[in-house]
Amino acid sequence: MKTGKNVAISESGFVLNTASGESFSTNPIGVEILNLLKEDLSVEDIAKTIMEKYEVDFNTFEKDFSDFQNLLNYYHLIEAE
Amino acid sequence: MKKQLVIGVTGLNAIDSPGPGIAVIRGLRDSQAFDCRIIGLSYESLEPGIYMHDIVDKTYQIPYPSAGARVLYERIKYINDIEHMDVIIPNFDAELYSFMRLEQELEGLGIKMLLPTAEQFEERHKYNLPEFGTKYGIDVPYSKSIFSSAEIYGLHHEFSYPLVVKGKYYDASIATNADQAINYFNKISSKWGLPIIIQEHISGTEYNLAGLGDGKGNLIAAIPMRKQYITDKGKAWGGISIDDQEMIEMAQNFVKKTKWKGGFELELMKSNDGKYYLLEINPRMPAWIYLSVGCGQNIPEGVALLALGEKMEPYTDYKVGKMFVRYAWDMIVDVEEYQKIATFGEL
Repeated sequence: MKTGKNVAISESGFVLNTASGESFSTNPIGVEILNLLKEDLSVEDIAKTIMEKYEVDFNTFEKDFSDFQNLLNYYHLIEAE
Repeated sequence: MKKQLVIGVTGLNAIDSPGPGIAVIRGLRDSQAFDCRIIGLSYESLEPGIYMHDIVDKTYQIPYPSAGARVLYERIKYINDIEHMDVIIPNFDAELYSFMRLEQELEGLGIKMLLPTAEQFEERHKYNLPEFGTKYGIDVPYSKSIFSSAEIYGLHHEFSYPLVVKGKYYDASIATNADQAINYFNKISSKWGLPIIIQEHISGTEYNLAGLGDGKGNLIAAIPMRKQYITDKGKAWGGISIDDQEMIEMAQNFVKKTKWKGGFELELMKSNDGKYYLLEINPRMPAWIYLSVGCGQNIPEGVALLALGEKMEPYTDYKVGKMFVRYAWDMIVDVEEYQKIATFGEL
């Protein structure tokens, strides 16, 4: 799983799909996760990075990440492997 | 030193459903290849471009297309005796036919134009779209021309509601039942005449592409755009250039197969399953054409240069993520100016 090649992410949380012209906004954690996805990291590596940085257990992360992933899928912002 | 051109431009009605003239002129004025004097050609006395003196140098009224090509020729000849125009860029669908008929004669006056052929103009017409799609292998929504509102009650054999009721040149409304369709039929046909086109409604997202064909099958320029802000008349009030290779390939295919000559706009609908349908081909530049200049492809300049017979290499790149946001602006105009254009047909 990786962010689509046409997805531009700004540090302010503005996300633009340059292929469709659709734009979105996300919070700082969303930006962080999108950038990690852009680096093509595995879910485990993303979980590790986030859990090291923030006080969150794996189960909570996994649930929230899954919701976020569904949203990204719905808006065609990530590519399946 | 840049060459000096005198260019006549129509479509000065920069209103809520704007003609492309003002955007075209802005592109011409940004040209790196030439400087220009702009002669506005207007139909009505309150077309805003008439009063925009930093955009239009001088305006002359010209007769409506219904007056016929001969009357138009006489008026253009009169204007040309004074202004010595090099190029005319017509920007209305409804006037194109008259200008196409006069192409040879105007060339005799030294005026060049870049227009599609009569055959190209006809076959891409809304009422010929199904045949056009079949001929060139392009997906189009199913549509049918009708000449009487009485035909509407029989449409349920071929269409399901909602369906789109479209005018010959402009206007389109979505009807959810036969009574609504009849209402739209009457409203649109009283304005634009017959036939009325009934089109299958495709739900999805609307995309547009502004392009330029050189008449030899080469796509010289193409900018795909997504409408971001749409007015109640369906016009883009804001849009963004996008990176969509599929749309560009559609434009290349269209220009290559038809050998389209001139500016054009493809109106496309991307259905919810990601398939593009061609809704319309407008045989001229769209009102949002200045976005092409912002993206690095000056299509109005290209139209003028190709009209003059200059060879142009196709643009290979454009800026993605450039936006246009339209705005309304009230000009303060002295009544003397209005009086001049209304009485003498010149300002």
